[in-house]
Amino acid sequence: MGLPKAKEDALAARLEALSLPTGGGWLATARAEALARLSEMGLPARRDEYWRYTDPASLNAPEAPIAHRFDASDEAPPFDGMDRLKIVFVDGVFDPAASDDLTLSGVTIERLSAAGDKDIHWAKGLYGTLETRGQTPVARPFATLNTAFATDGVVIHVTGKAAKPVSLVYVHESETSDAILHHCVRLEAGAELTLLENGPAAARFSKVMEVDIADGATFHHIRLQGRDHERRAVTHIFARLGAKAEMRSFTLTANGRLTRNEAVIELTGAEGRAHLAGATVGDGDFHHDDTVFITHAAEACESRQVFKKVLMNGATGVFQGKILVKPGAQKTDGYQISQSLLLDGDSQFLAKPELEIYADDVKCSHGSTSGAIDETALFYLQSRGVPRASAQALLVLAFLAEAIGEIADEDIAEDIRGRLERWLARHGAEG
Amino acid sequence: MTAVLETTDALEVREGVDRETIETVQAMAGKYKYGWETEIETDYAPKGLNEDIVRLISQKNGEPEWLLDWRLAAYRRWLKMEEPRWAMLNYPEIDYQDQFYYATPKSMAKKPKSLDEVDPKLLATYAKLGIPLKEQMLLAGVEGEAEPRKVAVDAVFDSVSVGTTFKAELAKAGVIFCSISEAVREHPELVKQYLGSVVPPTDNFFATLNSAVFSDGSFVYIPKGTRCPMELSTYFRINAENTGQFERTLIICDEGAYVSYLEGCTAPKRDTNQLHAAVVEIVILKDAEVKYSTVQNWYPGDENGLGGIYNFVTKRADCRGDRAKVMWTQVETGSAITWKYPSCILRGDDSQGEFYSIAIANTAQQADTGTKMVHLGKRTKSRIVSKGISAGRAQNTYRGLVSMHPKAKDSRNYTQCDSLLIGDKCGAHTVPYIEVRNNSSRVEHEATTSKVDDDQLFYCRSRGMDEEEAVALVVNGFCKEVLQALPMEFAMEAQSLVAISLEGSVG
Repeated sequence: MGLPKAKEDALAARLEALSLPTGGGWLATARAEALARLSEMGLPARRDEYWRYTDPASLNAPEAPIAHRFDASDEAPPFDGMDRLKIVFVDGVFDPAASDDLTLSGVTIERLSAAGDKDIHWAKGLYGTLETRGQTPVARPFATLNTAFATDGVVIHVTGKAAKPVSLVYVHESETSDAILHHCVRLEAGAELTLLENGPAAARFSKVMEVDIADGATFHHIRLQGRDHERRAVTHIFARLGAKAEMRSFTLTANGRLTRNEAVIELTGAEGRAHLAGATVGDGDFHHDDTVFITHAAEACESRQVFKKVLMNGATGVFQGKILVKPGAQKTDGYQISQSLLLDGDSQFLAKPELEIYADDVKCSHGSTSGAIDETALFYLQSRGVPRASAQALLVLAFLAEAIGEIADEDIAEDIRGRLERWLARHGAEG
Repeated sequence: MTAVLETTDALEVREGVDRETIETVQAMAGKYKYGWETEIETDYAPKGLNEDIVRLISQKNGEPEWLLDWRLAAYRRWLKMEEPRWAMLNYPEIDYQDQFYYATPKSMAKKPKSLDEVDPKLLATYAKLGIPLKEQMLLAGVEGEAEPRKVAVDAVFDSVSVGTTFKAELAKAGVIFCSISEAVREHPELVKQYLGSVVPPTDNFFATLNSAVFSDGSFVYIPKGTRCPMELSTYFRINAENTGQFERTLIICDEGAYVSYLEGCTAPKRDTNQLHAAVVEIVILKDAEVKYSTVQNWYPGDENGLGGIYNFVTKRADCRGDRAKVMWTQVETGSAITWKYPSCILRGDDSQGEFYSIAIANTAQQADTGTKMVHLGKRTKSRIVSKGISAGRAQNTYRGLVSMHPKAKDSRNYTQCDSLLIGDKCGAHTVPYIEVRNNSSRVEHEATTSKVDDDQLFYCRSRGMDEEEAVALVVNGFCKEVLQALPMEFAMEAQSLVAISLEGSVG
């Protein structure tokens, strides 16, 4: 089936500006295969149902729109004091000087290109595999484009309990950088890893992470997507969970021009657990889109989605979340909540929380609310002597608490609360 | 059925509702009650669809030039449109040329002047359906009222309106209630002003098709400040084979007026699918209120999914004036395919829209239904309560939109979508769209999916009910909020329907 003319042209223009990274072996095969798939699906357009609420134009453009560097040195970098293994990318390029040594007990870490050079490598079976699985029922062309053109990334093989968290730091230097990173993470049965990510990465950032979590393994993921930055980002997490495997992912987004975070999670073994959470604060020219697709393909799995957004001065928040319960996935427990706090009349919240259920013995629910801050609560706090600004900040933090509560590590949660508090103060969220 | 517009001998049916439901279930034993066919000579327009058919329908209805042009414009537009496929519905391609677009009983060729002149066979059909076309027939199941309630009926048989009751009495109150073809002849200024003003002929594939070929339907006008003295109802019956029904209903409720309108539909059992593409437009002016209740019981097809009605319906109410109010209540138990989203445009300040729905899909039925609440005016309110029940191998989808425009300050929406699954071969889906573009409005959406509670079933069974009765009772409880929103006579019918629709879903 041929693409419509407009889509064909858009894709041609985008591909014109890209070149397939060099190197042979299985990685080259995977890239070529992804490119073939991409030319069949084309790039997203505003008219596509899946892009109903987010305009993909600036992500499609051949050149990355300019994003100025932002100096966030008024507060300590995230995870600064933690004992962690740091891997630094500058504008999407691995920086060995700034990074720690990649050896860690229980974990093997390699650069994607190094893994690609080996004839036999575990990542061969993962790279592009979960991304391909995640293309139904809707195409995710940016992920496929990433698989074809990713210039760097790490592959992480976890065989035991990782001695410390692996921390990916994305530094932004060039105002026109267009970074494409692709990571693969495989956790063997019973293995444990905490993966941290932070930084704006580039003027435009495309990232795919494929995570294969074997039976009984635990994967924790905490991400801070830069701060008050003009960046644009489209990210995908594709995860597959085995029996009794656990995944927890939390994302904090504080401004950024455009962010589309997609998570495609497949629960394939009994009693798997996937928790996804996001806290988002946006002020002004800000568009944030959380798109989540969770498939329950096995019995007695649990999934939770908790997404909270605080929006002001014309910021836009989008939530598209779907729980699919396949036939036979009995005893499923699926929960989804998406809420927005609109601090002024210009901001907007657009949501499409979906359930698709083919098994009868399930407990699935979703809730979605949107509204202004509760004036009665504000009044109550003021009547107790709390200044209006502090009262508002208090209520905003309380609103975000459920999402932050999904973070297992209490120190990190506390640090994030502090960052949010300072952000709200800086952005005069007192209204 | 127990308590629709019954003939007199059923008047004593005034038992407790639960017992009644159960008795009905026992009496019905897995059958679609309305699957019989009236043998009556029928005139068909030639098969297929082209401009000549559109002209023929227009000519049969004795329409003025402007309406023919309107239809032709819609038809030409339709040719360029694509059939929507975004709904979670799976059905083979519809051959729009393999249908009759106009069928009318031969006896209706010469328009009967009153009900007395109508072919007795037609009257018998409606009597058998429990729809009284004789004005002395009164409503069953209404206790303790000084005067029995009256319901005026417009009966539509295939492509034509057979007759409308209580016209004279309604006319005294200034209410116009007639078929739309009659309205085009008698009240062209009203029709011209409002037809297509809520659902424009370009609206969507099925509405555009309807605009080109609509044959009959009901027309209601309630004048300023008038409370319609009785409930109005239209009863749609598809009888002819291979024939699509394309009715068009237009309701205009003038300032400060009120009307409650009921709609029912059935069709004979057939192995082939039949197309039904209706349009309902409601215009509600300042301070007026319309209640629109539907019990949709088209033939759903057999256990293997053979036959049944394809129901593609566009219903929309436009609250044009301040404080206008509309309430949609629907019980969707029939049809092989249901594609239906009764909507509310809340344009006037302080206007209100409500949507209460029970959608039951059993055997191989597929339903994709919900509502749209478009908040444009200030302080507008909407409430959505949707109960979806899936059984057998059926698929049931709630699809809805709540949209708060930037100017709809201080508006409210509350949405509750509950799905109930009976058996592990069926599906229940929820696809809500929530668009909030101002911060003084509050939107709340809740959805749950669960199965029939084992404890509740066990309790019922321990009290001596068999499993089907128990399920019917539990499901009726699940639907309670919607059933309560129906006018009483409909509520009782709906309750029994709920039970019948679920037959064979357990065990």
